[in-house]
Formats: sequence, C-alpha cells, structure tokens
Amino acid sequence: MAERYYTETHEWVTVDDSVATIGITDYAQAQLGDVVFLELPRVGKLLEAGDSFGVIETVKAASDLYSPVAGTVTEVNEILNANPELVNRDPFGEGWLIKVNLNGDLGQGLLDDAGYRSLTEGQVH
Amino acid sequence: MPYLVHAADDRQRMLDAVGVRSVDDLLVDVPESIRSRGLDLPDGLSEQETMARVRELAGRNRVFEDRLCFRGGGVYRRFIPAAVSAVISKPEFYTAYTPYQPEASQGTLQAIFEFQTLIAELTGMDVANASLYDGATALAEAAMMAAVQTGREKLVVTGYLHPEYLEVLRCYGEGRGLEVQIGLDQLDADTAAVLFQQPNFLGLLEDASAVTELAHRHGALSVACVDPISLGLVTAPGEYGADIAVGEGQQLGLPPSFGGPHVGFIACRRALMRRLPGRLVGATADAGGRRGFVLTLTAREQHIRRAKATSNICTNHSLCALAASVYLTYMGPEGLRHIAEVSYERAHALAERLVAIPGMELAFPDRHFLNEFPVRMFHVEQSLADLRDVGILGGLPVGQWYPELDDVVVFCCTEVNDPKAIATAVEVLSRTAPGTPTPGIPTLAAHAAPLPGGGRSSVRGASAEVRG
Repeated sequence: MAERYYTETHEWVTVDDSVATIGITDYAQAQLGDVVFLELPRVGKLLEAGDSFGVIETVKAASDLYSPVAGTVTEVNEILNANPELVNRDPFGEGWLIKVNLNGDLGQGLLDDAGYRSLTEGQVH
Repeated sequence: MPYLVHAADDRQRMLDAVGVRSVDDLLVDVPESIRSRGLDLPDGLSEQETMARVRELAGRNRVFEDRLCFRGGGVYRRFIPAAVSAVISKPEFYTAYTPYQPEASQGTLQAIFEFQTLIAELTGMDVANASLYDGATALAEAAMMAAVQTGREKLVVTGYLHPEYLEVLRCYGEGRGLEVQIGLDQLDADTAAVLFQQPNFLGLLEDASAVTELAHRHGALSVACVDPISLGLVTAPGEYGADIAVGEGQQLGLPPSFGGPHVGFIACRRALMRRLPGRLVGATADAGGRRGFVLTLTAREQHIRRAKATSNICTNHSLCALAASVYLTYMGPEGLRHIAEVSYERAHALAERLVAIPGMELAFPDRHFLNEFPVRMFHVEQSLADLRDVGILGGLPVGQWYPELDDVVVFCCTEVNDPKAIATAVEVLSRTAPGTPTPGIPTLAAHAAPLPGGGRSSVRGASAEVRG
C-alpha cells in the first residue's frame, strides 16, 4: 500500500507508479457533513500543486478542493455523481475524487500521517 | 402629514457621529447628474395648497392611451386581467418582505416555485430561479454564470441587443474583469458566451439555432434573451440548444410603471444549475410526508460561497414574479399563443399599411419580425410630432443608439392597439413626404414553434391569417 500524504487543506494523496490518487480526509468529511454534490474537473485538465480542482458541496457548505500535486487529470470518480455519500462513508477508499498523472515529483509541504494527525488534533475544538 | 422622528439636532448628532457635514456628503459617490436637487415648490405651503399645486403640475403630463401607444423597445402595454391585481393585492403576499423560512412561508415559497416552473416550461429549460430585478440584470447575471462555468473572460454580443442591456452588461463585466465585444467575428476560444436577443431590439428575429451552434463550436455558452410573449409563437431556447435563457417579464401582467419595478427571469440547463444566481425554491416532503417548499441549493449563494459565488444577488422580485405567475396561469398556453398571434397580426397589418405610404419602407425588408418592426421614414421628428398632436405615441426612433439607423423608427403593436387606433396612426402618417411605396412584408416561416407546454400546431397557419 502506497504511503499517504496530506495537505493542510485536508486533501490526501497516494502515488502508485507516477499516478496520484486524490481525495479528502476522514477528518474533512466529518467536519463538512453530508456530501450532496461534487464538481470535479474534466479528464485532461492540467493542475499545478495548490490549484483548485473542484468544489465539494455538503448540507452545510460548499468548499474548494485543492490539488496536492502538479499533473494531468487522468480519471475522475464518476460513481460519485450518483453516490456522493461515498465520500462520507469511505473517504480513503471508494470515495476517492480524481487521479492525476504526476508531472515531476511530489511537491514540498505535504504532511505525513503523524504531521497530519498533529494538525487535526490542534484543530479539534 | 408623516411624523418626522428626527429633529434637526438629532440629525446633526448622527452626522457628527459618522463624520460628515451634511446628508448630501453621504451621496458623493452618486453622479451629480442623477441626484435630485429637491422639489421645486415654494416654501410655506399648507398640505392642501401643496396637493393643489402638485395636481396642477401632474395635469400637464401627457398620458397616451394604451391603444394609441405604438412604442415598445423593452417595455410594453398589454391587457392585464383583473385576476392579477386581485391575487397580488392579497395582504399575505403584498405586505411581507419576501419571507423565506419554510415554517412560516409555505404560500410565498409555493408561489415562487410555481413561477420557476412556469418559466422553465416557457423557455424549455430544466430549471429557473425565483426571479431577478429585470431583463438587463438577468442578462448580465447569465453572462457571469457563463464566465464562471467556462473560466473564460470574453463575452460576445451579436445582433441588435437592447442598448441599455448592453450598458448593464458592460457595467457588470467591468467589475469582474470581463470584456464585452460586438459581433460573431469576435468569437474565439476565450469566449465564455454569445449573447443575443430574440426578437432583437429592433423586433427582428435572429437565427437563434445558427448562433447557438456557432457558440458551441467554440466551447462558448449560448445565452438567449427572449421576449416571453413571443414564446407563444417562436421556438423556445431549450429547443434550439441555448444554455441559458433570460428575459424581461414586464409583459406578463405588469404595467410599464415608468420602467419598473419589473421582473427578470433566468433559466438554464441542469448542468448549470449550481451556477444560477439568486434564490431557488424546491419541492420536498415534510416529516409527515406532506408536500412542502424550501429554499434549495443555497450552498452556491454568497452567504456561503463568499467571493466564489456566481452573484451577490440574494433576493428576488417576488411580488412582480407572482403577477407574472398569475398572468401565465390565467392565459394558459392557448391564451399566450393567442395574445402573440393577435399582436403579430396587428403589427403586420400596420407594417403593410405604413410601407404603402410614400417615403416609408421596412428598414430590413428581408427579415422576419413578430410584433415590433423598424421602418425607414422621412421627417422622423415631424411625423412623431404629428402623431403626438392627435394623442398617439409613435414608434421609437433608434438613431440615438445606431447612427446608421438615424431615419429608422421601431413601431410596436400588441393586442391593445385596436384596428381603429392603427387606422388613425396610418392616416396621420399618410400626410408625410412623398416617396416610393414598397409593398411586401415577410411572413413568419423558419421560426415555427410548438405550443408552450402542450399541443403542436403550425405557425404558418397563424401567419396565413395575416391580411395580405
């Protein structure tokens, strides 16, 4: 299982043979509440690390999604169109959002498990 | 007399608190040219004297009878059934400042839902919002939707778009860094949307399908600004593939009222639903399974999306929208079609008789029109003055916006312009300068539409009834 990295904006990324899979964290889905809609990019879209690649809409809010990596979108999780609740149910698995063909290495500034845990623990009210 | 709660020293203290010298200093951002300099009335008049003076001044206004008014240009005189005011005068609707909370406002919310449904059906679109201010702002909002959706920053306007709509579009665009260009030759890969009016400002029908197809070929959205009554006769935007349909709803049960308040409508395809500005009401079921109405998809609005929202609009013209709903419900698809047909017939009858007058001809003889049409004429000012002298408001001279059309006047007929009114106008205009008569009015052909919301019949049948 590839190692998972995190952003401070609560996206996760795993890399398998230069293809990055991106989603939002369990912490993020719990904070946002029930997901009702996802606006995801078209396959072929070029992303820089930190670019907004879509919007996640929950019953509480609509928030931007930011790419942890630079590359080209190769796949979008179409199942979410009809079943956005998968993001709540299985954020690290079936609830993945997009796959990106990496352009170069993973960027700087991503957090590992321990780093992300301390970030979210710091944010628990 | 109204009770004035603030004495002079109260006002002074408030001005001191905010740090300005006078109330006028609060208005420095408003252009001088549109600021009121107060009423030109003598001091010291009693209430009774004031009323008498104002009545005297009001008596100097020239009020043209609806039937003798042949001017459109965006605002139209139409028959308004008494049912409209009967419903919108109900205090439950009339007094409330559009309350949206579902616990207290099912009636208001249902009325808005009905309006959305009627507009969606009329335009052939998937979804419509609760209404906007007017046609001009609806068009500008549609342009903003297109810019957000495509991520592009150029807007292309084609055909004769209402010049005031164009101004509003430019004003909105300026604030968001969008460029407005005129003409389909400007269409390119940076274009967010092609915007056009159908029928256009001169009353001429555009080839909406061709414009839409061309827009799509460049990855731009097609935004149709439509006359709602015309949809009784011509193809709905949803059927020729437009992505967003907008328009001015004044004709649906609202009087001209010096230009407002009117009501704008906006409808779009499902794929653009989350870009829609303003309020949106949805049908749902309560805990007991009963049908109910709530604001829906609110996460796209600015109180949640902040700067990323399509628009900062968070209200609607609810009472005007209600008038439109009552009007459309009262007319029904058949009634709307009938109104459109009668207006078409009257306008074509007038056009035919006008071009028989020496010196007058259609400005665009090859173009089709519905109930508004541009005519080239000698002595524009004199002719309009002659009409005015007998209590007729003639067409709209459009040279002020289009120098190449400085001898063109756009005439309009609706169902309120009866044959006798038309005959009187023709008679007055017959006394103008000599020239060559130009017979032949194009009839409606390529724009045949099904009945809104139901059965189909041929529009050729309708145009065949036009005399000549």
